[in-house]
Amino acid sequence: MNDTVIEARNVSKWYGAFRALTDVSLTVRKGERVVICGPSGSGKSTLIRCFNRLEAHQEGEITVNGIRLHGKMRDLAAVRKNVGMVFQHFNLFPHMTVLMNCMAAPMWIKGVPETEAKRLALKFLERVRIPEQANKYPGQLSGGQQQRVAIARSLCMEPAVMLFDEPTSSLDPEMVSEVLETMTSLARDGMTMVCVTHEMGFARSVADRVIFMDAGLIVEEGAPNDFFTNPQHPRTTLFLSQILKH
Amino acid sequence: MLYADTVESEVLVHKPLFIATVFVLVLSICFMVNLTGTTIGELMRPVIGDPLDSGLYGRFAVAFVIAIIFCLNIALIGFAHLKAQIAIVWLELLLLFLAFFAVFKLSLPFIWQNLPFLITQGVVTTLYISAISLVFASAIGIMAAIAKLSSNGFAYGIATFYTSFFRGLPLLMQIYLIYLGLPQLGIILNAVPSGILALSLCVGAYMTEIFRAGIQSIDRGQWEASRSLGFGFALTMRKIIMPQALPVIIPPMGNTFIGMLKDSSLVSVLGVWELTFLARTLGQATFHHMEMLIAAAIIYWILSVCLELIQSRIERYFARSKVR
Ligand SMILES: Nc1ncnc2c1ncn2[C@@H]1O[C@H](COP(=O)(O)OP(=O)(O)OP(=O)(O)O)[C@@H](O)[C@H]1O
Ligand SMILES: [Mg+2]
Repeated sequence: MNDTVIEARNVSKWYGAFRALTDVSLTVRKGERVVICGPSGSGKSTLIRCFNRLEAHQEGEITVNGIRLHGKMRDLAAVRKNVGMVFQHFNLFPHMTVLMNCMAAPMWIKGVPETEAKRLALKFLERVRIPEQANKYPGQLSGGQQQRVAIARSLCMEPAVMLFDEPTSSLDPEMVSEVLETMTSLARDGMTMVCVTHEMGFARSVADRVIFMDAGLIVEEGAPNDFFTNPQHPRTTLFLSQILKH
Repeated sequence: MLYADTVESEVLVHKPLFIATVFVLVLSICFMVNLTGTTIGELMRPVIGDPLDSGLYGRFAVAFVIAIIFCLNIALIGFAHLKAQIAIVWLELLLLFLAFFAVFKLSLPFIWQNLPFLITQGVVTTLYISAISLVFASAIGIMAAIAKLSSNGFAYGIATFYTSFFRGLPLLMQIYLIYLGLPQLGIILNAVPSGILALSLCVGAYMTEIFRAGIQSIDRGQWEASRSLGFGFALTMRKIIMPQALPVIIPPMGNTFIGMLKDSSLVSVLGVWELTFLARTLGQATFHHMEMLIAAAIIYWILSVCLELIQSRIERYFARSKVR
């Protein structure tokens, strides 16, 4: 029980009258790599955005690192400190250098002194293999480099879990691999990860568990081997045949 | 700068067709407006005789000369470098305006004699009223903008009522309302604080809209990234949103402040010794109206130019992360 990082129980969410999540239950243990896939509009983003409460769920319970998510700012701050998030469109701060992008959160949120924050930032920029870009602005980097900076920025908070929302979807094919490599090496180092992605190769080689969502429901989940070779649900089969066709 | 194409275009002012068109245009305009009575007509006395008796021939000759000079001028400027072009155009327009002022046959000694007082008293008062109002207006603007974007019905209501009211009433009425109306409630303000209050509230209402537009222009991904890193509202606003919104905000803000600098002249109705008030009273007493008004006008202009320069400095500062 103690090594549970994220626990969602019967979570439901509505956008107005539209039900985006229906009774979703999911447990992520420490060190586990979970990949979520599913057709567009199935609620994948909505679900992981609920894990750091960028979106509020209306029913059910989400517990992150032992803290139950609700609207109170104090608990929320504690949760977000421990949950890193990487977005499809990077969302780097364009008016700050790469280094400052990475130093900002540790300095402002954790009160880490500047020299220590800088050391930390350089360490993680090294980790994603772009220390030489530290003094550039995000606008001067390629998409792949920007996404790796975004990963480093999250890592600087030394989070307990990293959420990835289609981190490679807005990248050119040749940049996808460099970001996937970074994520793979993170996984090797035992980072707890929840990834929304359509990169099935990544899912197959890295994931401990693959989750298939459709229309706001978790339709199927399982170890990648079972999931890809022997899907139980017709909708999963259909989705896999569509996505693996190319 | 606009996004420049790499097409090499001919210099417009060196195209014969363009020059010819301009020539005909200037010629016909100058011909229609009889210019024989001006200095140029006087200078051409050797050619056309007494300018006032020269009839159609004189009119045409003057118009012809002006058109030639004009076309020669723009063609020559076309050869200069960009910076030189800008400088020459400014200089020439400035000279034209000075020539226009010269028409009034102003008494320069009177201006020189009153200028020191106009500056030490008038400009100083105008400047500090404007500067204080500027600070207050910005503070009001940013708070009201946040209120207008918030989901707090109370704050939203107050902010929208405020902007609607103070953008809707003429500034002059606001000044009177505050100076003459507030005492009815037992709040007695002197002329200068009343003026500052009215200006701040009025300009603050415009600033509200400028700040709101600036804040809204920032991609919501910036908010999401800040939230996900654990930044609170104030921190996100201060460190992430405002620094990115400012480059968008600065140009309309400069506009508003230059407008306010000149609107501060309305405070003169309360008898505050600022620039416009002094210019009027000094001029009236000695019937040198034009001298003082033109002096004041030029001072306002110089002050505005200073604000423009400050604005362009700030814009350049913010341009540094905009590299692509
Ligand atoms: N802010 C919102 N307001 C209303 N409806 C929304 C909002 N955000 C998402 N939705 C709806 O909720 C559903 C789930 O959206 P979500 O973004 O989670 O899908 P997704 O699985 O991430 O899709 P994609 O693969 O295209 O990113 C969609 O049908 C979408 O239209
Ligand atoms: Mg999505």
